Amino acid sequence: MITLEKRPEPSRFWSWATPVLAVLLTMVAGGAMFAALGKDPVEAIRTIFWDPLFGEFAFYYRGQLLVKAGPLILIAIGLSMGFRAGIWNIGAEGQYIIGAICGAALGLAFYPFDSFIVFPLMVLAGALGGFLWAMIPGILRVKFNTNEILVSLLLVYVAEFILASMALGALKNPDGAGFPGSRNFRSYPSGFNEEIIAGTGLHWGVVAAFIAVIFAYVLFARHQMGFQIKLAGQAPRAARFGGVNPSRLILFCLGMSGALAGLAGLFEVSGPAGQVSIDFNVGYGFTAIIVAFLGRLHPVGILLAGLLLALTYIGGEAAQSSLGLPAAAIQAFQGMLLFFLLAVDVLTNFRFRFGKREVV
Amino acid sequence: MKRRTILAAGVAALALATGGAFADGHAKTKVGFIYVGPIGDGGWTYEHDKGRLAVEAEFGDKVETVYQENVPEGADAERAITQMALQGADIIFTTSFGYMDPTNAVAAKFPDVKFEHATGYKRETPNVSTYSARFYEGRAIQGHIAGKMTKTNKIGYIASFPIPEVIRGINSAYIHAKKVNPDVEFNIIWAYTWFDPAKEADAATALIEQGADVILQHTDSTAPQAAAQKAEGVITFGQASDMGEYAPLPRVSSIIDDWAPYYIARVGAVMDGTWESTDTWDGIGPGMVAIGEISDAVPADVKAEALAMKDALADGSYHAFTGPLNKQDGTPWLAEGETASDGDLAGMSFYVEGLTAEIPN
Amino acid sequence: MDLSSINPILLVASLMVAATPIILAAIGELIVEKSGVLNLGVEGMMIVGAICGFAIAVQTGSPFVGFVAAAFGGAVLSLLFGILTQYFLSNQVATGLGLTLFGLGLSSLMGQGYIGIRPPATPRLEIPVLSDIPVLGPVLFNHDLMVYVALGLVVATWAVLKFTRAGLILRAVGENHDAAHALGYKVVRVRLMAITFGGACAGLGGAYLSLVRVPQWTEGMTAGAGWIALAIVVFGAWRPFRVLLGAYLFGGVTVLQLNLQAAGVAIPVEYLSMSPYLITIAVLVIMSSGKAKAALSAPACLGKIFHASS
Repeated sequence: MITLEKRPEPSRFWSWATPVLAVLLTMVAGGAMFAALGKDPVEAIRTIFWDPLFGEFAFYYRGQLLVKAGPLILIAIGLSMGFRAGIWNIGAEGQYIIGAICGAALGLAFYPFDSFIVFPLMVLAGALGGFLWAMIPGILRVKFNTNEILVSLLLVYVAEFILASMALGALKNPDGAGFPGSRNFRSYPSGFNEEIIAGTGLHWGVVAAFIAVIFAYVLFARHQMGFQIKLAGQAPRAARFGGVNPSRLILFCLGMSGALAGLAGLFEVSGPAGQVSIDFNVGYGFTAIIVAFLGRLHPVGILLAGLLLALTYIGGEAAQSSLGLPAAAIQAFQGMLLFFLLAVDVLTNFRFRFGKREVV
Repeated sequence: MKRRTILAAGVAALALATGGAFADGHAKTKVGFIYVGPIGDGGWTYEHDKGRLAVEAEFGDKVETVYQENVPEGADAERAITQMALQGADIIFTTSFGYMDPTNAVAAKFPDVKFEHATGYKRETPNVSTYSARFYEGRAIQGHIAGKMTKTNKIGYIASFPIPEVIRGINSAYIHAKKVNPDVEFNIIWAYTWFDPAKEADAATALIEQGADVILQHTDSTAPQAAAQKAEGVITFGQASDMGEYAPLPRVSSIIDDWAPYYIARVGAVMDGTWESTDTWDGIGPGMVAIGEISDAVPADVKAEALAMKDALADGSYHAFTGPLNKQDGTPWLAEGETASDGDLAGMSFYVEGLTAEIPN
Repeated sequence: MDLSSINPILLVASLMVAATPIILAAIGELIVEKSGVLNLGVEGMMIVGAICGFAIAVQTGSPFVGFVAAAFGGAVLSLLFGILTQYFLSNQVATGLGLTLFGLGLSSLMGQGYIGIRPPATPRLEIPVLSDIPVLGPVLFNHDLMVYVALGLVVATWAVLKFTRAGLILRAVGENHDAAHALGYKVVRVRLMAITFGGACAGLGGAYLSLVRVPQWTEGMTAGAGWIALAIVVFGAWRPFRVLLGAYLFGGVTVLQLNLQAAGVAIPVEYLSMSPYLITIAVLVIMSSGKAKAALSAPACLGKIFHASS
């Protein structure tokens, strides 16, 4: 009989070793799946995990890794605050969309006015857009006790319709011959979120993600608000007696995650994506939930989790086009990786005991 | 050549890197495809993939094809296209409108690779071509059959997004239905999706319950066909692929995207070095738009008229948008005998006279 | 505009069909959440159920066998979630999202040979005499079997939760797993059973889409129905009949907005398209306001990890 015994302290060794173990296990299980699909498992695994970092075209992929991980990390950092406090913002995708629309709309309103001030204003508008969209579930929760999971989730769909409507209507490129989609920010340098060092993938959104990581780290380690968040999550009653204002906490956490998601959307629309289009959003807001938990809601963990997930996306795409693996196999592979990461995490907090349970 | 030095050189070096990749002198022509959906969508992407397979069948071991499915439009598309170019593709087909800007951006960095963008209009560098199909020609035939066969005079139309392509289809179908049946009326539902089977089924059901006995669809799933089958006496047309599993009723005909001839021609042009940047907009004539078999549920005379119209559209003796035609607000658009210019058609954002609904924007 | 062309009887009949997959998935998730487990993998389980049911129905020619297979497929996938969250104590939110990802991928792999095929037809159950009653007949008594199965499940779930010992144990485990454990209930076993039931229901919901609603197999065909089911459970405040109400409300507004579009009502299409989501939120706000804390009647242990320390 195997039993689990809680460790008095999380194991330092295992907290670093489990992700490695999980990746190894995924390689075995995923390799078996690729072999079953008739592909060379070693080559597939190498294409996914090794080539983007050290392969022939790594000079391109490394930058793309940042482009892909940036929004994931930025959104996940925001979500982690609420998740720690037991506030469930499932609708970061919607806040991401609205942030992108607001920021882009402001930028396009200035077109073709050329000034260094345009981009910072767009950034503000993006953050504000995401913030306000997240305030809807926030205020409904505080004022009417409406469950924020449902409201934030359903508002994603509403945001998608607004996006389609904007791409087809108000923000449509006037020089686009009637086709949907806004003007491309590449053609408007003042509003373009350009790579800071060309070819590295390092754009302002990535910088913002790194800043957010540091900011969150300090908040949780040093600041009163960070303490309140942790307390509210672990012991809600104690938090209330300890003077934590739950309404304020809810609004702070939702607002913060909304603003960061909005920022991520703005940086994406003005840079890598380039324009507001009907299908601008690609699910970063949902994937970021996974990133937040894979990173154990810890800022550094989120950073690493974001990079790892980005690696599987980039490597997975490469495996599709170079090995002919179906996209579905990559999806299943990512699912496996998540399962293993989550499963072996148990070793960090627990140790296995073999044999009969001792009688206390 | 050391890759590390390229890393430092940044974007400009991408071109160099491909130069390096091509220097290995691969014997096969490498053909890449970027798909917006899964190849199992049974519609848009499925038909493009059939084109890819046709290229393989045509050229055998002289070509190697690669593809990537489910590529979102935007940043991911740019990466996917770059990736294929880096891996040594000689020609890359990007098969969705949203890939327009990414395709042109990547093309600027890889002057030796040929790029073919479907349904767009931007060709910023000489290594980019665009291609699209005149699906509206097929819509004209559908409109004719629909107008002849409807008993309730109500035709339901499930549209996806209000973009020129879709609006063109509605206009073309309406003009030709109206021509043979002046009492005909179009009820249009905008699904705001290309693919959501449950919603498409609901939309078809709603149209049928309000008396429509013909359902035209500009969305990709067969759900409307099945919904029509449950009701009695409703006819439909296949979209993107033949949807022949619903023939002879409710599906009486279909518009099929047939990309194979174009893909084979373009890949062939790359092989013999004759590839040039072009803007192709082909219809029934060159075979890019195919009309699925008209089933026996259509009366013989109607079928004959439809086939005659198909032949006239194919040899160019008839244009689907021939005047006199007015815009919805009554302002004249085309004079008697005048045909619409490709420019007007490409960016079409108005309904023709007679349609009662408004285009959402 | 021609509102008279909208037939309310047909409208209600088609909303019952439209809501059925959501009801099935939501009622399963309700049981899961009542036991204190949050499984966000509904979408993944639904689509795996959709392909399992479709493939088996095509192979055997029997939609009935297909539905059984769909329930089985959904249940097996949910067991993966169950083992991870109950034995490996993994985070439920992340595991559930991972399950959706995995399920979408797996279903596409499984379905590669089934594209463009028609499944055997699921017979419509025309209840003699009853289906001839004017108005009520077409609305209530002229559907396929699964519509009644879904309604029956709602009633059964309500009865089990309210009147039986099993329901009591389930609620106890969900409200306070430590106390339930102290009382000698097998928390993990109860939760695994709930998770499996939830998976089976989601599988049925998916198969209803692929065998009846659409009916066809295409990748990603659930198109977000699982997420709506999750939202409906919250909307229903974890009570079966309110879940039913929520599913009918959402399905009803969806069908109605399409009908209004078809009738050419002069409301911009964008607003009509958003209306199911906005109205669901608005109704929830009205229902939850003024009821203070009771409105947030989530099971107290929802999403919390249980580990028997003694």
